[in-house]
Amino acid sequence: MTIALEQHIDPSLISILEKISDPEIPVLSIMDMGVVRFAQIVDDVAQIKITPTYSGCPAMDVIEEDIVHAFAEANIEVKVDLVLSPAWTTDWITPRGRKALEEYGIAAPLEEEADKEALLGNKKIVKCPQCSSTNTKMISQFGSTACKALFQCEDCLEPFDYFKCLK
Amino acid sequence: MKNENIIQYIYGIADNALILGQRLSELCGHGPNLETDIALTNMALDLLGQTRSYYQYVAQLSGDEKTEDDIAFLRIERQYKNVLLVEQPNRHFGYVITRQFFYDVFHLLLLQELQNSNDETLSAIAKKGIKEVSYHQRFSSDWIKRLGDGTEESHQKVQEAVDDLWKYTDELFHTTKDDELAFQSGIGVDVPKLKERYYKRIGEVLEEATLTIPETKWFQKGGKQGIHSEHMGYLLSDLQYMQRTYPNMKW
Repeated sequence: MTIALEQHIDPSLISILEKISDPEIPVLSIMDMGVVRFAQIVDDVAQIKITPTYSGCPAMDVIEEDIVHAFAEANIEVKVDLVLSPAWTTDWITPRGRKALEEYGIAAPLEEEADKEALLGNKKIVKCPQCSSTNTKMISQFGSTACKALFQCEDCLEPFDYFKCLK
Repeated sequence: MKNENIIQYIYGIADNALILGQRLSELCGHGPNLETDIALTNMALDLLGQTRSYYQYVAQLSGDEKTEDDIAFLRIERQYKNVLLVEQPNRHFGYVITRQFFYDVFHLLLLQELQNSNDETLSAIAKKGIKEVSYHQRFSSDWIKRLGDGTEESHQKVQEAVDDLWKYTDELFHTTKDDELAFQSGIGVDVPKLKERYYKRIGEVLEEATLTIPETKWFQKGGKQGIHSEHMGYLLSDLQYMQRTYPNMKW
């Protein structure tokens, strides 16, 4: 286990990494998710460091395998490491990633304070990805994966996932 | 500090996460309703994820062929250093929530200190865990209030759980020789110092939940020395079954 302080990505590797999607949210690439912290070629080997969204995220093993496959296809030798620090935050989801989430039907994370108000049920601010109404309520603090909470829209009545803010 | 002592220190933290995670996993598909079922298993997942990070680090420190799976599945009962609280079996939902609440409050205080550890791996695991455990604490505290200040029956059941589990809370603040060594060398946390904050926080939530703080002064202990309650053997036989029956099996 090592520590990666900043994101360092070799531009020539981006096209390979962008093709790999998050297995639990297939519309999102691992680059848009912000889980790739380091990608550089060192002595002809691509060194990739990824960080989990949550400690127990079961997607990490699959992501690692997918990276190995993608680089094998590109004929580049690869080594993948898991890093824990600094801990992943929802701030690392790119604007393109947030847009993809909304289009997929998952409400993108709010800012920290707003998120707290929403999850405590103090304010109706989470926007329904179907009809854009903010007349929504939380159904469950925990959702289908560790990173989401379950909401329901009181206007169009659709239930939907809200991606929790993590800082 | 020798690696062997650091490893023992880590077991004292990580085994709590493993065993509580196992208890919560037993409830997968058995929660009282869908939302709580998902919540309990989500928390189990966080705890097992944290456990993996600790055990991977132990495997690295031990410098032999041992893997995280060996550590989780192939130790004998006396080698697990979790506190008695987390191994207590699942009873009704109020009991599960009370056990969780008593551990979450401690867990968060512990990680908030452990993030300042001079061991960078432990500090990184703690920082990651704080985000998850604050969410657990919010969930269990909310439910304590909802059940305590709920119906007559829910109040009575959760009060019984508080009375029954109270005797396991003091052990959280006991220290072993390895805990002391870890604290002195800047790796570990001075847990006795957390005690006052712990009972204050617990007291505040119980009060809001209209629950009574037990007056008992007799506390149970032993888990930290590997001397467990009668429930631990059953838990381990379940946890270890696959690796014992099919050695080296992989998913």
